[in-house]
Amino acid sequence: MSCNCQCSTDKKNDPRFQQLDEIIKQHKEQAGSLIPVLHKAQGIFGYLPEEVQIYIAEGLNVPLSEVYGVVSFYSLFTTVPRGKYVINVCLGTACYVKGSGRIMENLKKELGISVGETTEDGLFTLEGCRCIGACGLAPVLTVNDQVHGRLTEDDVPRLIRLYKLKEEQAS
Amino acid sequence: MVTFKINGQVVKAPEGTTILEAAKKMGIEIPTFCYDSRLKPHGTCRICVVEVEKAKSLQAACSTPIAEGMSIWTESEPVVEARKEILNLLLSNHPLDCLTCDKSGNCTLQALCQKYNITGSTHQGQKSRYERDESNPFYYVDLNKCILCRKCVLVCSELQCSDAIGVADRGFASHITPPFEKDIEHSNCVSCGNCVAVCPTGALVPKRKEKFSYGEVQIVQTTCPYCGVGCQMELLVKNNKVVEVRPVFAKPNDGLLCVKGRFGFNFINHPDRLKKPLIKKNGTFVEATWEEAYQIIVDKIKEIKEKYGSDALAGLASARCTNEENYLMQKLFRAVIRTNNIDHCARLCHASTVAGLATTLGSGAMTNSIAEVLDADVIFVTGSNTTETHPVIGAKIRQAIRHNGAKLIVAEPRRIDLAKDADVFLQIKPGTNVALMNGLMSVILEEGLYDEDFIRNRTENFSELKKIITAFSAEKAAEICDVDVQDIRKAARIYAAGEKGAIYYAMGITQHSTGTQHVMSISNLALLCGNIGKEGVGVNPLRGQNNVQGACDMGALPNVYPGYQKVNSPEVQEKFEKAWGFKLSPNAGLTLPEMLEKAENNELKLLYIMGENPLVSDPDINHVRKALENLDFLVVQDIFLTETAQLADVILPAVSFAEKDGTFTNTERRVQLIQKAIKPIGDAKPDWVILMEIMDRLGYKKEYLHPSEIMEEIAAVTPQYGGINYFRIKQEGGLQWPCPTKDHPGTKYLHQGHFTRGKALFMAVDYQQPAENADEDYPLILTTGRILYQYHTRTMTGRVEGLNKKAPESYIEIHPETANKHKIEDGEIIRVISRRGAIFTKARVVDIVNKNIVFMPFHYAEGAANVLTNNTLDENCKIPELKVCAVKIEKIEI
Repeated sequence: MSCNCQCSTDKKNDPRFQQLDEIIKQHKEQAGSLIPVLHKAQGIFGYLPEEVQIYIAEGLNVPLSEVYGVVSFYSLFTTVPRGKYVINVCLGTACYVKGSGRIMENLKKELGISVGETTEDGLFTLEGCRCIGACGLAPVLTVNDQVHGRLTEDDVPRLIRLYKLKEEQAS
Repeated sequence: MVTFKINGQVVKAPEGTTILEAAKKMGIEIPTFCYDSRLKPHGTCRICVVEVEKAKSLQAACSTPIAEGMSIWTESEPVVEARKEILNLLLSNHPLDCLTCDKSGNCTLQALCQKYNITGSTHQGQKSRYERDESNPFYYVDLNKCILCRKCVLVCSELQCSDAIGVADRGFASHITPPFEKDIEHSNCVSCGNCVAVCPTGALVPKRKEKFSYGEVQIVQTTCPYCGVGCQMELLVKNNKVVEVRPVFAKPNDGLLCVKGRFGFNFINHPDRLKKPLIKKNGTFVEATWEEAYQIIVDKIKEIKEKYGSDALAGLASARCTNEENYLMQKLFRAVIRTNNIDHCARLCHASTVAGLATTLGSGAMTNSIAEVLDADVIFVTGSNTTETHPVIGAKIRQAIRHNGAKLIVAEPRRIDLAKDADVFLQIKPGTNVALMNGLMSVILEEGLYDEDFIRNRTENFSELKKIITAFSAEKAAEICDVDVQDIRKAARIYAAGEKGAIYYAMGITQHSTGTQHVMSISNLALLCGNIGKEGVGVNPLRGQNNVQGACDMGALPNVYPGYQKVNSPEVQEKFEKAWGFKLSPNAGLTLPEMLEKAENNELKLLYIMGENPLVSDPDINHVRKALENLDFLVVQDIFLTETAQLADVILPAVSFAEKDGTFTNTERRVQLIQKAIKPIGDAKPDWVILMEIMDRLGYKKEYLHPSEIMEEIAAVTPQYGGINYFRIKQEGGLQWPCPTKDHPGTKYLHQGHFTRGKALFMAVDYQQPAENADEDYPLILTTGRILYQYHTRTMTGRVEGLNKKAPESYIEIHPETANKHKIEDGEIIRVISRRGAIFTKARVVDIVNKNIVFMPFHYAEGAANVLTNNTLDENCKIPELKVCAVKIEKIEI
């Protein structure tokens, strides 16, 4: 059901919702399509705010309570905006033994945030994860899709500088 | 059949039976938390584990089917060990406040701890700390007591189909919540309480006005006094007060209730209840004894009868009262006063159904049963906002869609909640259903989708229909109804393609000056596709009030005796003269609108109203008031001082459904018991006693000791009720008429093999405009209806705090563009004017109505929609056109 506000017309003109419409259309009649659609939606919006979840529930004709249940169940989904660079430190056995715990501590200190949080400038989000299957490179972390391996805790400041520089050049 | 052993005992059961079901049949109890027979087993809680010999591990009894040679132990040592550990784990995160917990005595967790002697947890760990959600007026949510069995979620999504709650987060943080952690009040929750009814712990508990414990209440099963679904429920009684209501797992509701049935019971013990007869002296009511009140009434009846003749008196029976009471009311007027001037509010709701379907099929009742909605593969809802007005049937329609893949067509002037479940939603202009039906039929004829065999063998007059329909077209229908022609085509194809197409309709069809034609055109459509006379199909008028079906059956209508036997038939008259021992009038009496008209013209002098409130419910209230004020004498018998009662000369205090025995007949023709749960409030008396005592004083000496004796008399004179008595109703869980003999099992669906009238009759009808249309002066069409949280004229629901919190006041739904044009904001008080009157009401700006349509609920006496409505009548059956009138809206300038 549409609400009373004018958001529906705004959504029509928003290229992100147009893209989401396409995705919903592709998946609409498929069983089990909720997770792929949520995944792609998070790719578009960076996170899954209420209005996107409602939009998907209506589009796929899935109860909102189910959508919210799935989003809140999987740690992969986030309902808060994430930084431009999501740092995921592997805390799997091999990496941990090789010192990823210390890397994580240093990242916290360097960025001034805890796990799950985003820096105020919106640049970095810090996450921990289980094994990403690159134990040969342990300890590893990923920044978005980029994998960084064989690190020590002393590499942390350099790494952050690297991405900040990237950002400066981009702007 | 599979042979297996439970606890050493050899048994057989059909293949596919689960261990739990098999054990239950043998009387062996296996504990459960998450099991509900209405749901697919989901094996969440594991407390039902049993030992199966040779199996590697313990098996969940609820979801493991029995197998040949299986040997099952339900209370062996490993089983008991496992159950104890599960309880131990649950208690590690559960407050042990059973002493003060509202659920105590009705809590499965408590009962199982008792059974397995668990006094607390040996585990130390994290404890949940959730704030109690008190936002809903009827129940609270205490997640600290939730054991995550998920039964509430499944009942909400699979049975009630509201999807208000789900499970969020994972691991220890898992919890039940509406989306985005909102409180219940800001979710899709419809307050049906069906989750509360199944919760095995104190996590979901009804809010209480009175403190009580489950050990100290008496429980009485009865029938819900609200809508026509006739849900079975239990009243929990303490100290002559009804303190809680619970659903019963029986037909027709299978353990479901709606908010009114479940939580709307506080009117019963409300301080406003009438406790003593009242006599108006010099304009004010004075308390009187029953004897004084009776004396005045009897004297007046005698005086007026003598002076002006029997036809100067009239009675309004009540769709709220029992069959027995309606029977006595019509008997009082027919046999004792000797006039057929008896009618009731069915005149305003389904008179056109009774007239229309009696003509085409031979019987004016719902053809099929409520449970059969789950057999249908196409459901067509029109003129009914089913999820609000018949909530349990609405839920079952959704179950049919979700679980059986049934298709849904909805044709309504408003985008009602069911529209979002529909395969086709036709947002038609009010009053254009005949055009729509004809349009649908023209597509079906054009494309050859009709049921030729059925038409040939079981109907007549098809050629007449063909003539009218071929002269019409889907395009014309689309234009008249203001919908897309492709949608009409799509709907026609869906309905015709269905193996079992069931039509459900209510007052959106009947309350028109062409109501009878509306009903006939629905009957035509069903006949055209052979959708009558078998399971899961039918023409199903949803009756609005608990016993409106019964009141009609009992002959509380001016033209028929009980069982629809015509008053103008000499044989019938003779039959009743013999049965009652009085000379009877051969002339049909006055209908309700005619009574009011005659009252206004001084031809009707005395009106006796039992349990009705025409001063809010009838069209053109200003006219109703004039008519009632013009009477010489008005008797009102009610449980509250209604708007109508205030005009009375004498008011007789009656009792509510909780204070008497009797029967109600629900919309599917099922005669069900209501049972006395508490003693009458004050000096109030059951309506049947009052009527009996008045008849006695008028010289008709017949004493009934109990309503069951009246039912015996009813059965003797009413062929459809011939085999019905209290004993059978109780034994068999209600009986559906026709039930002509004591060995007849009752009738699940009508017209099997042959129609009541022999062959069904096609009655070709042309579309006619409503009596009043939008014009320059009154540019908007007002349509009225009911809402979930109020009932009829609010005599009962208006005294339930929570319901008033949910729906406190009159309002009008206006489309945003229309509101904009008048510079009206959402929530603003505006003036609404029709040719008959003007009211103030609150604007609700929503896009579920079209630009030129406005909608109002009719429940409220303050800002009453029926000041505006049109009392133009259907010529055939005298139903007024409550659903369409022209109005204008005005902003109030300050």
